[in-house]
Amino acid sequence: MHGYMGKILRINLTEGTVKTEPLDLEVGQKYLGSRGFGVKVMMDEVPANVDPLSEENKFIIATGALTGAPVPTSGRYMVITKSPLTGTIAIANSGGHWGPNFKATGHDAIIFEGKSEKPVYIYIEDDKVEIRDASHIWGKKISEVTEILEKEDGKVKVLSIGPAGEKLSPIAAVMNDMDRAAGRGGVGAVMGSKNLKAVVVKGSNKVSLFDEERTKKVSQEKVKILREDPVAGGGLPSYGSAVLVNIINESGVLPVKNFQGSYTDKADLISGETMTEKHLVKKSACYRCPIACGRVVKLADGTVVGGPEYETVWSYGADCDVYDYDAINEANLLCNEYGLDTISAGATIAAAMELYQRGYIKDEDIAEDGLSLNWGDAEAIVGWTKKMGLREGFGDRLAEGSYILAEAYGAPELSMTVKKQELPAYDPRGVQGHGITYAVNNRGGCHIKGYMISPEILGYPEKLDRLSLEGKAAYAKTFHDLTAVIDSIGVCVFSTFGLGLSDYVDMYNAVCGDIYDDETLLEAGERIWNLEKLFNLREGIDSTHDKLPKRLLEEPVVDGPTEGHVHHLDKLLPEYYEVRGWDEKGIPTEETLERLGLEEYKEYLGLAK
Amino acid sequence: MIKVEVRLFAYFREGRGKKQVMELEEGTTILEVLEKLSIDKEEAKIVLLNGMDGPLDRELKDDDVLSLFPPVGGG
Repeated sequence: MHGYMGKILRINLTEGTVKTEPLDLEVGQKYLGSRGFGVKVMMDEVPANVDPLSEENKFIIATGALTGAPVPTSGRYMVITKSPLTGTIAIANSGGHWGPNFKATGHDAIIFEGKSEKPVYIYIEDDKVEIRDASHIWGKKISEVTEILEKEDGKVKVLSIGPAGEKLSPIAAVMNDMDRAAGRGGVGAVMGSKNLKAVVVKGSNKVSLFDEERTKKVSQEKVKILREDPVAGGGLPSYGSAVLVNIINESGVLPVKNFQGSYTDKADLISGETMTEKHLVKKSACYRCPIACGRVVKLADGTVVGGPEYETVWSYGADCDVYDYDAINEANLLCNEYGLDTISAGATIAAAMELYQRGYIKDEDIAEDGLSLNWGDAEAIVGWTKKMGLREGFGDRLAEGSYILAEAYGAPELSMTVKKQELPAYDPRGVQGHGITYAVNNRGGCHIKGYMISPEILGYPEKLDRLSLEGKAAYAKTFHDLTAVIDSIGVCVFSTFGLGLSDYVDMYNAVCGDIYDDETLLEAGERIWNLEKLFNLREGIDSTHDKLPKRLLEEPVVDGPTEGHVHHLDKLLPEYYEVRGWDEKGIPTEETLERLGLEEYKEYLGLAK
Repeated sequence: MIKVEVRLFAYFREGRGKKQVMELEEGTTILEVLEKLSIDKEEAKIVLLNGMDGPLDRELKDDDVLSLFPPVGGG
């Protein structure tokens, strides 16, 4: 078996049992691995409508066929479960070094079932798999857990949840290698609900290659493309992902104050250029990554820590009207330490600030916390993040995410979410195609599973008119399917700044065997997207949930270059369903399922009316 | 004469600063501004004229804001 290790771990935390099962290679190849594999397991093994935080939910950690293989950006793994935030499928991806090291233990994936009575962590060293007592690390922050387990177990890689996950915050992340996050969908809370604190790995196996020489040649070729690409080899390593702050702002699509504004004249204070000039200590790279977009920054007190991504710089910055890099760096560190999704955490504070601005949240609600909800309060974004991580005071309410908070105050429309998940750092009123991704994303509000900013603003792979609707639905569909491929084979979506579909075919085939061509690999991505859609339909998340916050559809942008525009979802959505081969209600047709080899799931179409 | 604000980003700032207010002849095009700044048109991947994509042959008007970026990306 090439690419895949051929073994799956099934760990039942209720029974305290560990089983090793063979990977069905046919399934592995059909669903590629990682994201595709996990969605298939969730569909086949988890009954409909389980409570995401109950022992009936499963929690899957999976690698792709290329994870750990000697090809560029192969450091990725995926967490797949049912989301406690959205009720949809949760698919959260992370880089760093944990994924390839887990795969080196000789396993492709772990399926966690049940719930442990007491806190435990898992130790995996090749075939040795132990469920160990975690009472000494429960309650500890990520850096503490990592240091303790590294001290106990030597050269290991640590994946863990922080206090936020233990305390079941639906915006809690799963962290690995200290500051890498499988961030979205509240996957950390599912891990916490199972009393599972950490997974520690040490492996000595290599990924078997179908054609070693060809893999080497293909890899060298792709590394060269990435190094020579002006973004992957230039802009991203030089400035990090926060290089986007200025371009997104200059385009008038940088959401300010919870999407009340779309432009700020203070953006340069929190730009990638400013981070590089004033705060950057060095770059950091994930496993086998020639891009190295990661940042290491210095805090105001001189401490050196993992730096923020663009999304975090926005959520804690412009979205809260804060333009203080020291505070943003500090809030980012706290999210990493307590295990919170930086997008949802920052954006929830922004929503709370608007709820306060409009008089929903009263002074007495937050009097005991000693923190304000005033726009631009840099001290407050740090203070609230800590309280969210510990679920203390009003921070306990914020830790539920912006939708539950805003709904409780009778103003759910002030939660800038789709399917209850906080939207990221682009105002779709000025990037019409990107709004499709927000609305239809199977995991709720998210930018990365079909990054239309690339063609609509950055000019990759070509430049589209960002305000035009024409052809955007079909373009978005292709991006959604391609991203499902990239996630599922186990490489980084940032590699698309340089690589295209054929490059992924080259890498997959060299490692796994001549299985795919351009058309069939993209179709595998389409299969995965459709299976996720079926999962959501089964859970009652139908297309009435494919919508955007009212503000983005009805209130024209008030400032900057996009002034006067709204998002035209009503025109784009029917076209998207059509190009997907779905009916007008957004349900896949029988023919579409047959074309994609998903006949076995036809029964779920009947449930989705 | 017209006055145009040129904003520079990423490595375009090296030796040019963050912002220049340029006095230009009427009818000056975006491409001519790039030439004045010694920026290769191939390198100017994103050229925004008042926040919207600006074609290089576009003639500038008084008070226009031109934002110039080399290739950048992220997510």
